[in-house]
Amino acid sequence: MALSLREYRARIKSTESMKKITRAMELIAASRIIKAQQRAQAAAPYARELTRAVSAVATYSNVDHPLTTEPDETKRAAILIVTSDRGLAGAYSSSVLKEAERLAQKLREEGKEVDTYITGRKGEAYYKFRQRPVVQTWTGFSDQPTYDVAHDIGETLIAAFLNDDETVASEGSPQGVDEVHVVYTRFVSMLSQEPVATRLLPLEVVEGDVELPPLYEFEPSPAEVLDALLPKYVQSRIYFALLQAAASELAARQKAMKSATDNADELIKKYKRIANQARQAGITQEISEIVGGVNALADATAGSE
Amino acid sequence: MSDLLQVELVAADRLVWSGEATMVIARTTEGDVGILPGHAPVLSLLVDGVVDVRTPENETWVAAVDAGFLSVAGDRVSILSEHAEMSHEIDLERARHDLERAKAAGENDDEAAEAVRRAEARIRAVEKAS
Repeated sequence: MALSLREYRARIKSTESMKKITRAMELIAASRIIKAQQRAQAAAPYARELTRAVSAVATYSNVDHPLTTEPDETKRAAILIVTSDRGLAGAYSSSVLKEAERLAQKLREEGKEVDTYITGRKGEAYYKFRQRPVVQTWTGFSDQPTYDVAHDIGETLIAAFLNDDETVASEGSPQGVDEVHVVYTRFVSMLSQEPVATRLLPLEVVEGDVELPPLYEFEPSPAEVLDALLPKYVQSRIYFALLQAAASELAARQKAMKSATDNADELIKKYKRIANQARQAGITQEISEIVGGVNALADATAGSE
Repeated sequence: MSDLLQVELVAADRLVWSGEATMVIARTTEGDVGILPGHAPVLSLLVDGVVDVRTPENETWVAAVDAGFLSVAGDRVSILSEHAEMSHEIDLERARHDLERAKAAGENDDEAAEAVRRAEARIRAVEKAS
């Protein structure tokens, strides 16, 4: 109990204002999650129709497309890491970065070189601090991604994938890669989000367990339809990853801020107890001083009589 | 088979319009097509342009869409486009403004040409609806 009562009071006050801030952040995150989930739901019809169309083309035509062909030999792989722009979301960014680290390690063991693409300021800062090369970053949208961003990212990654020249990065276009992976955080529920790594390119067209699609006619031709569809499919997959990551980020932030608020509560309780003890100790001391003083006075007068 | 089409107009981030229709007119890479009930299954590519939907109540909904695609199967019509707007959502002033700016940006530029087409489609959609 080395500190005085006044100092404890100051601590309680600062903890209380901290609690107010974390509480506000928790509520903001909670309200944004609902919006993020609505956005994810709103994007579902497009993804569903696109998947149907792609699997229809894949079922009825034997067109080989560069985006779906496995290269004979993979020497370079690209990883897109989806992180957040802001911190205070618990282990959100670090767990997705750890997952990316694991994937990069695995790819290197397979003898591939790894190119890194990043969305979100946290990931950018992590790589910059460690002075690791990053091909391209996109920032400033992590909690509410728009389709335009996904479009942009998709174009860059497709360009990298289609670029055959693997030795030199040509002017304006990134170095060619043979594989593209995405690492993002999947939103499982409000309580759990898990980082996942999936391969984006070459595409594996998932023929869903839907009934056989009707016998489509393709205009102008199956090849041209596929040409237009596949990049959109890739972009929609990236958009999906961004939306999931946004919802996960907000959920992680809400959880982190909730435990911060709880901790502040706990701390305030503890400080209050100590402060009360200090106050009582002060009172007890004062009383015993007074009693002691009175006694001494009484003894002195008793002795003189 | 019913004599109505189930139409879904879907943009990348939302469902723009859905409902029943007697006819859908859209502009594909091969030219304008009209889809009536009982149309054969088809998947075709759309260019930036205007999509017309006639409802059973004899109303016409007009939407401006970006390049996308159209799929018809068993009287279900899905129109997918990265950006799509119904005519009543379009801000005519802004579309005109965008058009002028895009035109000013240069004729040779691919991107500007795309922006011009897009703005023109939006203006056309509004004019057609009114």
